[in-house]
Amino acid sequence: MPEIKRVAERGRPSGLYQLVLLKFVRNRVALFGLCCLLLMLLAIIFAPQVTPYDPIGKNTPERNQPPSRLHPFGTDKLGRDIMSRVLYGGRVSLQVGFLSVGLAVLVSAPLGLIAGFFGGAADNGIMRVMDLILAFPALILAIWLVSLLGSNMNNVIIAIAFFSLPTFSRLIRGITLSIREMEYVMAARGMGAGSLRIMFFHILPGVLGPMIVLTTLSVSGAIVAGASLSFLGLGVRPPTPEWGAMLADGRNYLRTQWWMAVFPGMTITLVVLILNIIGDALRDALDPNVRA
Amino acid sequence: MSQYILRRIAIAFPLILAVTTVVFVMLRVALPGDPAQIMAGDRASPEQIEIIRRKLGLDRPVFEQYLIFLRNFAGGDLGRSVKFREPVMGVIAKAFPFTVTLTLLSVAVGTTIGLLIGIITAVHQRTWIDNIGIVLTVFFFSIPTFWLGLMLILIFSVGLRVLPVQGAGSWRHFVLPVATLAVGQSALIARLTRSSMIEVLSADYVRTARAKGLAQRQVLVRHALRNTLIPVITVVGLSVGGLLGGAIITESIFGLPGVGRLAIDAISNRDYPMIQGTVILVAASFVFVNLIVDIIYAFIDPRIRYA
Repeated sequence: MPEIKRVAERGRPSGLYQLVLLKFVRNRVALFGLCCLLLMLLAIIFAPQVTPYDPIGKNTPERNQPPSRLHPFGTDKLGRDIMSRVLYGGRVSLQVGFLSVGLAVLVSAPLGLIAGFFGGAADNGIMRVMDLILAFPALILAIWLVSLLGSNMNNVIIAIAFFSLPTFSRLIRGITLSIREMEYVMAARGMGAGSLRIMFFHILPGVLGPMIVLTTLSVSGAIVAGASLSFLGLGVRPPTPEWGAMLADGRNYLRTQWWMAVFPGMTITLVVLILNIIGDALRDALDPNVRA
Repeated sequence: MSQYILRRIAIAFPLILAVTTVVFVMLRVALPGDPAQIMAGDRASPEQIEIIRRKLGLDRPVFEQYLIFLRNFAGGDLGRSVKFREPVMGVIAKAFPFTVTLTLLSVAVGTTIGLLIGIITAVHQRTWIDNIGIVLTVFFFSIPTFWLGLMLILIFSVGLRVLPVQGAGSWRHFVLPVATLAVGQSALIARLTRSSMIEVLSADYVRTARAKGLAQRQVLVRHALRNTLIPVITVVGLSVGGLLGGAIITESIFGLPGVGRLAIDAISNRDYPMIQGTVILVAASFVFVNLIVDIIYAFIDPRIRYA
């Protein structure tokens, strides 16, 4: 979203992005979702100020407590407040989500642009490698990569980014292909613009819209992928809180302490839901066929 | 037609070859430790390790190893599992039916429900029915499988005690895992069907069909649905291909002894022949399923063949 706002504020001559922003703002559900997401982000960033409890240290007298006024999400077997752990755990989960998608975009944008713009051997080479990545069972390979490279957050981010490459580069390539043939690109070329200039100043802005939509939707996918990996025991190490790891922990106490699994999972679902709603709203806003 | 099919097959085979090559290289190059050492165990003498090394062909040049590996793979031999002490192929063959059953059932159930929701919401576009449908599908679409699986266990196994938690003994063991995967699948298909159907419903030939005086039912089924199905088939194909290797979480939550479980266990046991076998087989079946989808596609939509 910051991109849209920034571009809109700069006042692009086309006015397209102002229109998109207007359409997005009129979608009340999405706007409400965005506000909720920002609130959650603030709570996660300022977790030490929001919650008085330590997410890691033991507090044995208060262990296994069901949700109450003092502990809205209850406490776990070591007496740690689940809500604090959810807030602190959000730092890891959201970082994995945003950073892995950011990394994927950074790598695949130039690849997609080059493949679409130059065509021929470059296109063939890049896209066949992407087909190959797509053919692998992503989650199995991600698990394998993380267990080979070492189980930590950076490697989880790299593994998830790697398997998002094909989706992004395919999208960017496809749009580049169609924009390349447009008259304004020919005009730019006629005025003596070089390939790099055309790629970054004339084609990239056109790719931006669909890419923002895909990015929003991918962040939710990446958060789930990261949580899946830690659910299976890869990624951050205990006692560091992380949503997937908390779920895996709670899984063993379903019969007695249901709150251990319910609340972390509910948080993931909520974040993913909001991101998907925002992504859908952005897609509608960018689609000229959808009325505001 | 046959030329199109041949061309698609000609693309699929190099892809599978490339997948096997990458897996081979990853295992030989990116491996911490010596496979022979791992297979022999910690207490093995250097002589024993040497014997295993020779037996595995690890003493030969890498390129020769690669050729032997390819020859064995072509003959359906993927080596022996370190943990099970059985041929990898046999172990996978025992696990594969569970994964295939889970995949096909959940895709079938999810697609049926998704198609129904998609058609109903598209027909009643911009009404309260549509709004409920949209809210429901985006919610179903967003629930991560691992949480949904746990919540279903919590409700149906722990709370109501009507379904078993884990295992694969009877059809009752498949109800919750299939439901877990079908929810996401139905949301995916419903969203796709809705948007595709809305597009088709505004097409000229649908207006013509209506102008001819055909009943709503006939317009929907004979004219609109057929064209709506084209993008849906691709996604169903991708789901089948994806779930064959991607049902790992569901398999592990519900203790189903499928291929995903096998792969995870192999990774945590460092059972290299097993990792190699599961990854290659899952990737190959993904490529194969997509090949079939492309062919079905060409049958349904003649425009594809001439593209």
